[in-house]
Amino acid sequence: MSGHSTYQPQSKVLQWLEKRLPIGGLVHSSFVVYPVPRNLNYLWTFGGILAFMLGVQIVTGIVLAMHYTPHVDLAFRSVEGIMRDVNYGWLLRYLHANGASMFFLAVYVHMFRGIYYGSYKEPREVLWILGVIIYLLMMATGFMGYVLVWGQMSFWAATVITNLFSAIPGVGDTIVTWLWGGYAVGNPTLNRFYSLHYLLPFVIAGVVVLHIWALHVVGQNNPTGIEPKSEKDTVAFTPYATVKDGFFLAAFVILYAWFVFYIPNFLGHADNYIPANPAVTPTHIVPEWYYLPFYAILRAIPDKLIGVIALGASIVILAFLPWLDTSRVRSARYRPLFRQFFWLFVIVCVGLGWLGSKPPEGIYVILARVFTIYYFAFFLVILPLLGIFEKTKPLPNSISESVLGAKA
Amino acid sequence: MTTVSSAEHTRRDFLYIATGVVGAVGAAAALVPLIAQMNPDASTIAAGAPIDVDLAPIADGQIIKVFWRSKPIFISHRTKKEIEEAQKVNVAALPDPEPDSARVKPGHDQWLVVIGICTHLGCIPLPHQGEYDGWFCPCHGSQYDTSGRIRRGPAPKNLALPPYKFVSDTKIQIG
Repeated sequence: MSGHSTYQPQSKVLQWLEKRLPIGGLVHSSFVVYPVPRNLNYLWTFGGILAFMLGVQIVTGIVLAMHYTPHVDLAFRSVEGIMRDVNYGWLLRYLHANGASMFFLAVYVHMFRGIYYGSYKEPREVLWILGVIIYLLMMATGFMGYVLVWGQMSFWAATVITNLFSAIPGVGDTIVTWLWGGYAVGNPTLNRFYSLHYLLPFVIAGVVVLHIWALHVVGQNNPTGIEPKSEKDTVAFTPYATVKDGFFLAAFVILYAWFVFYIPNFLGHADNYIPANPAVTPTHIVPEWYYLPFYAILRAIPDKLIGVIALGASIVILAFLPWLDTSRVRSARYRPLFRQFFWLFVIVCVGLGWLGSKPPEGIYVILARVFTIYYFAFFLVILPLLGIFEKTKPLPNSISESVLGAKA
Repeated sequence: MTTVSSAEHTRRDFLYIATGVVGAVGAAAALVPLIAQMNPDASTIAAGAPIDVDLAPIADGQIIKVFWRSKPIFISHRTKKEIEEAQKVNVAALPDPEPDSARVKPGHDQWLVVIGICTHLGCIPLPHQGEYDGWFCPCHGSQYDTSGRIRRGPAPKNLALPPYKFVSDTKIQIG
């Protein structure tokens, strides 16, 4: 942030600290007086919700780690010990498992918001790419965390996902052996997944700091997609954004609590309550719901290597969004054609998720292929062309004009 | 932030304070399971249930060591000489005055049951050593007598007594 801080601490103690480590000033300028567009809707509260969920996952995770044993013979039993013996262990486990689902729910809303309003466009490209990196780290962390339970789904998910790397020509098998630390998924694999599962959330936290820094340099996008032009277009973060974030966070936590206390196993798979058996693969292997769309894309393609490439590409392609979308208009509010393709894209993503949970046969395969084609076409064909051919609606003159009318 | 100049409280003040209170209560409530989970869990407590020890195989003059709640317990089948030494002492002159009768069960003078942890800094004292015919702690030189009482050295208190009772003449239940 440029300019001198307006922070004037009242107490002598705070003044003393401010001269030596201006953390009060940093918090003040970043989260108190920081100007935020006045027209943000509740979709903009999900960044704060995500930061909160990261905190929840780290705290519950650290506490669970006090009771978990990362050994193939003891892991499953230690998780059951947490559920049955540890004081409030059942609560901590359900908070952590359902917290992961809520974390992903929030991140998908956050990402769809970004796509709809063009928040990835200049000058927010780095902000967006940092977000993609955070998303990839979240996927790795979530996957490894699920393996730690060492149930049937844990073990076979580990086997399937690590085997993806065998598709790489030449070095594939060497890489897989290296990942496993053995000739199959086993104790070395479990141990290293535990170490990395504990590590990555702190890496995520570091990238989140960069993400928020990048955000504060360029400022928030807003539903009109036009930048604030004067002070009339913005309000101070505290109390407006603080309270708005707090309110929706409370609503989000109510939904979270609904899962934790009433349907804690709804989003999970019953087979993961069966201890891992390396000799028997469950008939119906599926990942957790937040990976299902990518699972559908992987299975839609009959070739092993191309399927793996498609899986990776479906996530990495997000990083190129700022350059794939050629439109000069940011927000879908003023892009009627883009808006329709966007909602179709949302339906396709949800549809791919549903298809990922189905056995790869018959109509499901056909639909998965159609949806996969649309998924990639959205990024590679539709967005580039829309920028050239779409007739956009006229933009308002300013944010306050769009909110208050011409009298602003 | 706009300020209210008058002394009257506005609805905003009420909302801020109410939210703050609910938030503080929520934060405190959230802390409860996080702190409680570090207390011994149900399996640890179950493993600490009372144990029965059969005294019949313990010979006269023999001391055995059992574990209860992860603590070493000395069970000493005292000889006549050891019992006399324990009872003859001038209790008032002891660093931690306690008569021998308070450290054994009535009618069972020959059985001394103590927690085998030196009351200084926690080492396990060695039996049948030291000048008092009891235990000697090699860590810092504390010496205990045949009643497990501290006689010399840095330990402040006598060897602690676990809760126990005689279920028969040849069996005790510790815990």
